[in-house]
Parts: sequence; C-alpha cells; structure tokens
Amino acid sequence: MPTSSDDRNGPRSIPALLHRNASQFGGSAAYREKDLGIWQAWTWSQTEAEIQALSLGLINLGVNEGDFIAIIGRNRPYLYWSMVAAQAVGAIPVPLYQDAGADEMAYVLDHCGARFAIVADQEQVDKVIEVQEKLHQFEHMIYLDPRGLRKYDHSKLHQYAHVQDQGRAAKDELLPDLERRETKLAYDSSCVMLYTSGTTGKPKGVMLSNRNVIETARSSSDFDQLRDTDEVLAYLPMAWVGDFIFSIGQAYWTGFCVNCPESPDTMMTDLREIGPSYYFAPPRIFETQLTQVMIRMEDAGPFKKRIFDYFMAHARKVGSSILDGHSVALVDRLKYALGEFMVYGPLKNALGFSSVRVGYTAGEAIGPEIFDFYRSLGINLKQLYGQTEATVFITAQPDGEVRSDTVGVPCPGVELRIADNGEVFYRSPGVFVEYYKNAASTADTKDAEGWVATGDAGFIEEGTGHLRIIDRAKDVGKMASGALFAPKYAENKLKFFPNILEAVVFGSEREECTAFINIDLTAVGNWAERNNIAYASYQELTAHPQVMGTVQDHVEDVNVSLAEDAMLSGCQIHRFVILHKELDADDGELTRTRKVRRRIIEQKYGDIIKALYDGSPKISTTTEVTYEDGRKGSISATLEIRDAKVAPAGTQKVAAE
Amino acid sequence: MKDTVGYTTADGRQIGGTVMEMKNITLRFGGVEAIKNISFDVHEGEIRAIIGPNGAGKSSMLNVISGFYHPQEGEVWYRGERRPTMKPYEVARQGIARTFQNIALFEGMSVLDNVMTGRLTHMHAGMFSQAMWWGKARDEEILNRQKVEEVIDFLEIQAIRKTPVGRLPYGLKKRVELARALAAEPQILLLDEPMAGMNVEEKEDMSRFILDVNDEFGTTIVLIEHDMGVVMDLSDRVVVMDYGKKIGDGTPDEVRSNQDVIDAYLGVQH
Repeated sequence: MPTSSDDRNGPRSIPALLHRNASQFGGSAAYREKDLGIWQAWTWSQTEAEIQALSLGLINLGVNEGDFIAIIGRNRPYLYWSMVAAQAVGAIPVPLYQDAGADEMAYVLDHCGARFAIVADQEQVDKVIEVQEKLHQFEHMIYLDPRGLRKYDHSKLHQYAHVQDQGRAAKDELLPDLERRETKLAYDSSCVMLYTSGTTGKPKGVMLSNRNVIETARSSSDFDQLRDTDEVLAYLPMAWVGDFIFSIGQAYWTGFCVNCPESPDTMMTDLREIGPSYYFAPPRIFETQLTQVMIRMEDAGPFKKRIFDYFMAHARKVGSSILDGHSVALVDRLKYALGEFMVYGPLKNALGFSSVRVGYTAGEAIGPEIFDFYRSLGINLKQLYGQTEATVFITAQPDGEVRSDTVGVPCPGVELRIADNGEVFYRSPGVFVEYYKNAASTADTKDAEGWVATGDAGFIEEGTGHLRIIDRAKDVGKMASGALFAPKYAENKLKFFPNILEAVVFGSEREECTAFINIDLTAVGNWAERNNIAYASYQELTAHPQVMGTVQDHVEDVNVSLAEDAMLSGCQIHRFVILHKELDADDGELTRTRKVRRRIIEQKYGDIIKALYDGSPKISTTTEVTYEDGRKGSISATLEIRDAKVAPAGTQKVAAE
Repeated sequence: MKDTVGYTTADGRQIGGTVMEMKNITLRFGGVEAIKNISFDVHEGEIRAIIGPNGAGKSSMLNVISGFYHPQEGEVWYRGERRPTMKPYEVARQGIARTFQNIALFEGMSVLDNVMTGRLTHMHAGMFSQAMWWGKARDEEILNRQKVEEVIDFLEIQAIRKTPVGRLPYGLKKRVELARALAAEPQILLLDEPMAGMNVEEKEDMSRFILDVNDEFGTTIVLIEHDMGVVMDLSDRVVVMDYGKKIGDGTPDEVRSNQDVIDAYLGVQH
C-alpha cells in the first residue's frame, strides 16, 4: 500500500504516480481488457512502457506543452494511456462523450482549441472529419482501430500503434525532451479538462489541477480503504468526471487494476467475469439489474420462487442490520447464513457482485426499495454526492451510516455551508481551477474564498449531520398558492416505480402540478408480454388503456406519499400525460448524463403543457426526433390526458401517527 | 476474352483480373429451364451483384457456383481452370463460402460453435486425436478459435458468443451466418439475400459489414439482393436476370438505364 505522502514530497502528477507504481507494483496488473474472448493484461511496468512510447510519439508529431488533446471513445486501456501520455508531454487531455453528435463535438473542439485528437475508430474519425473544416487550429488525428480507414487520406491521420512505433524509434533523440517536460509538471498545473453536460446552455470546460485530482483521490481512497489489490470495471463514459477519478485518479493513487469490457454490450458478462471489489453505477443500472432478476424469477419454477421469496423476505428484515454491524438475534443470523448459501450468494454471483467491498451510486436519487434490495443481500452499496467542479466528492456515506434518503457526511477535507435560500455551498481541495475561457461563469460559481455553489437545494439533518438534497436550487420555486414547488422530488418518487423511466413535473407559478411520464419499455414490455397484450411500437404501448391505468395508480400513490409531507403536499400531480417518445439526449431533452433539461422540454412540448392546463382530454401533436446518425424525422400522435386523484394534505401523516 | 488486367472502380479501388467465369450455363429441372445460356465473369476483389425479379433464377445461379446444382450445359472456370463437377464441400475447400436465403444454422448450438463449424475445411486432425483433444487437434482448435474470435470481433457479436442461435432475432442470425461463412476465410463469398427481411437499420449495418469484409480481407463477393437501393450502392458490377435469361450486365449506372431491365422491373405490355 502506498503511504500517504504530503504534497511537498509525494508524486505531484499522474505521470509521476505512474512511475511510482511501475517501481512499486511493477509486476501486478494495471489494466485488463477482454479482446478476442480472452482477458489481456498489462502490468504497471508494461503500462509505463506503452505510455512512454505514446508520449514520445506525440512529441514526434509536434504536440506542444499546453496543447489540448481531445480523447474520444469507449473505455479502453489505450485511451486511458492517451490521457496520461498527454499529461506527460505537458498537454491537457479533454475526454469527450463518444455518443455526442458531430455538432456537439465541434463546439467542444473549437472551444478548447484542440490541435490533436485521439479517437477510437472510424465512427469517431468520420465525425471529426465532418467538422474539421470549421476548426482552424485542428491538426492531427490518431485512431486506434484501423478498420475501414485504409482508404482515408493519411496526411493528417495516424494509427495509434504507428505513433507509438515512431516514438520508440526516436526514443534516444526525444527522451530528454520528455523527461524535461515531465519534471516541469507541478502540483498546480492542469491535469484534465472535463466538459460538464450543462442542463442549460452550452457545456462548460472544467479545468482540474493535479492538486485537485491527487488530493481527492488520496482522501477518498483513505475514506474507503481502497488498496492496490482492488479491481474495478471501467464502463462509464470517459468524459464523465467520475470515471476519471475512479479509473485514473484513484487507480493511480492506490495502484488498483482497471478492467475494460470487451464491448458495451458485454458489460454484464464482463462484470460477472471480473467480479470487481470496488464498483460504481448510476441508479439506472441497479434498477435495470433488479428488474431483470425479478423478471427471471417470474419464470422460475414454483419451488425456487418460494425459496427466493422466503429468503428475500428474511434479508429485507435483517440483511441491512447485519451489514451495518447492528446486533441481530443468533437465530436470524443463522437463517441469514443459510440464505446466503441458498439464495444471496448465487444471486450476487450472477449479478457480478460477489466480491464488491465498496459500491457507490450517485448522479440521481435511488429508489429506497432498490437500494435496500442490494444492501439486504450484503452488498455494501452507498451513496455519494458530488459534481465535476468538486472533482466528484462532496459528501459520501461512511460504512455503517447508510440510508437511502441522505447523501452522507462531508468527505474528508470538505466544508459545507447552506445558504439562506437553501442552496448548498462547499469548499475543498478538490475545488476546480476555473471554467476554461469563461471567467464570468467561474466568478458566478466560485467566490473569492473558494466557496462553490452547487446549484442544489438541501439541508443538513440534525443529529446525524447527513446532507439531504431536495432539488436543483433554480428549479425549486413557488406555486401560485405560495406552496413550495420541488419538481425533482416528485419526479424521483415517480421514477422509483419500475414502469416509469422518466418524469417531468410542471407547476411553477401555477395553481396545480402536472406531469409528463415516460414508460420503461423493458418493464412495461415484459408486463405486456405476460398479459398477452400485443403492441407494434413504443408509441402504441404508451397509449394502451391498461398502461395508462397502471401509471395512473402510480401517480396516485405518489400523491398520497407527497401529501404526507406538509411542505411538499402542493406538488401533488393533478393531471398527467404519457409521452409518445422517450426523452433523449440526441434530441437535447436530456443531458448526456441523463438529466432532464426543463427549459428545452418546456419549449418543445409547449402544446402538450398547454393541454395539461386547459382541461382538454386529448392533444394531437407532432414532434421532431433526431436519429443517432444526425438525421431528423418527426412523429405524430394523439395523446390522452388523464386526471389523477389528489390526496388531502397532511391527513395521512396524522392518521399514521 | 479473359480479362487479366482488371479495372478501377468509381471510388478508386483497384479490381483484379477475372477469378471466376460462368460460360453458357444452362440449368434444367425436368422441363423447366431455370437458367438459359448465361455467361458472366467475376473479378478478383469486386462486389458482384445478381439481381432480378422473383423466380428469375438467381438462387439457382448461386447454387451452381457453390456446386449444389450441376448445370446440364456450360462450364464454370475458376482461377483459369475449368472446374470439373464437384460436390459442395469440394467447392468449399477451394475457398468459396456462402450464406443461405433461409438461414441454415444449427439452432441448438451456440453462436461460437456455429461459427466454429465454418472452420471445418481447415481442420485436418484425425478422429482419435480429436477425441482425445491432444496434440495436433488441440493446436488446431486453438488456432481456429483465434480465427473465429477475430470474426466475432469483426462482426461485433461478442455479446451473443455463448447464446444459442435459436434464441436470437432474425437480423442477428443473418449476421451469425455471415460470420460462419467468413470463418472459412473464403476467397469468394456468396451471399444469398443477406438483407431480406431486415429493417433499415439492420440493412445499414449489414451493408457496412459487407463493404468492410471486401475492404479488409479483399474478399470477392457475389451477392443476390432484392433491395435495389442497397444493390446499387454496394456493388461494382451487376448481372440482371429475368426468366432465366441474362438481360443486363454492367455497372449500376449502366444497368439502371438499360431499357430491358426497366421493363423487367416495372412491367411492360406484351
């Protein structure tokens, strides 16, 4: 295990950590990737050599210190090496979302002024070529997979392996330059630039320094006692700050192994094969896995189903308490051990969670049932709260203090403050340097003393000191009656139902709340199959009266639960509509990290919102859709609008107590 | 008459000389003449399409090439030699692989095993060694598995490697069939309606794969396809058949403006 070093004599950059790891854990695996059906591994020493070859190749191509290098593709060791190689030569890596369209990429490439891009394959090469002419400073592109690219003009296009070969060939000549550049890397020099998805307006480039990344990696690794023998599966977008911290920051700090899936579709199989000990996933993934387990159990024989139900009931009763180390009767412990043998163990194995020591979920609120399901199986799933500007970590749940409705206590080194309007502010060593070329936004977000506005409204729970997040601060508003309006709060309650994929609640400055609902095709489709309901398309399924009925029940359940909360009972949903298409990042309705962009949705579906409020029972509408390849089309539909029963405020709570 | 020089395509690819030539092929089933005196050639490295309305004799033509049918008249010339009457497996050993219009996979076997069967022509170990999985048999299997994995990677079907074929949707089955044919490392690949029954997206994927196979491995491809848009986009040269006769032969543009072809497709008053 690395000893924690203070910033005066410890490694002060990612390339420096790489050299330390190569000498300390030289022979142990740093990266694995499944290729041609077999897990290929690279040790830290091999990784060092590969990165050096690439760094020399980059110098050979003419990369200067301070250049930006865009990195586009799915999680692959080669692209992680690209990030570190870029840092080693004094350039700043800028990972981009690989599923972004050419226009979106053009904006980012232009904004950071990238001269170089390292991309995965033909698809990404094509996108960059498409926008290349608009980018004045753009020069060279390096690609990984040569397939389909043979006939392309190679004057400014290079194969990754060739760049490395040229680097190796010119080693004697260029090595002094590389070493000189590496020694110049300081604690406060730039480490990476990450573009935030931005629920409003254009993405902003968040500049993080080596100090941000290394300090955060150190304190968070200590917090969860991560060690060099840990295994992670890198499958979340490389452009997302979380992946950068887990797969580079913490991996280089502790020296653990980063495993890359064979392809995006094989993620679940690869997860099972690797059995990570440290795992991270947004709530969506946990939800999907739970749905799949439940669907499969529906197909199981009656005997197996009864065993499953029996032991799962027991796990719900005592599982979380055992995990938290609370006292549990011996009989229950023995029964739980039997359950582990019969049900929990095999189930965890099937899910790939057998060895998970620390698991995190973040990004969105997770449904209490889903959260408790995994915890009751003995999986140490916790929540954390963070953002790009904080280098992820703001709060996290310590072992033994895990609940589904809080996001935990401040991480080591983080100070929290709640402003008068309820907005959460923080200050930490992870606080970002600046928004690149955007001093105005930097000043808006970060004050002179280093306090950063999260944009989220929340409060610190008395007694436990845990932070609870209510909603985005700018989305929290008042209704016409003066009652508090917190759309996210109601939306999350709706989304906890497996049948509901996405919900958007309206009601700011209005008499009553209404909602858009997206159904979850997996869950509802499965239900339709079981009940012999035929449907030809997503759109047809959404309009099915029974689906409408089920969703109505869900909405009414949510209303009942909202009514219990005196503060938020005004957010009960009076009318709702099931949208005829899924909200999609390609249409700009969601961010790439699947957060709802309210303003855009309000503009785009103005006619439907109007119908929600004017009492009409139906609305005919036409919506523009964007396909993956950027072409546009449109779909028309007539949507039924339903009224939902509203529960009287406060009564439930009184009755319950 | 044999063209040894080849030609350059519109998109700048260099096509080699003639690799296969069909000379005056006539195929009869009893009194029915499925193919009437047809001649055409296939150049090394090109994508050659055979099109025509239903019942024109396209699949029969492909079956003649693959050795499944033996024409009553005419000759098949392959690599400068006249091909004697051969069994389909002998043709396969010559480096000609195919896919079928109606998918012909082993439904109960996994994708991996199905694709492995495509390597059959490359396996030479004896039965005893195979049964013991020892020596030559094991070395061969490792080598063959490597090739198969390359194909699986190429066609992006890693996620279904261990899935029984019977559980796959139609579009994927078609892709597995292509994988099996590719696993044989053919010099000529015969595709019988590779895109029949597919939606637009699946067709686009399949077109991409066909072009990539041709580009990456230099495989000569002979394909039958109904979707005119696809054919005209993909192929370098097209043979048009109608009622067993050849009514057109040339580049997609030439064929498109050929009056006989237009008549055959749009119908004409006799």
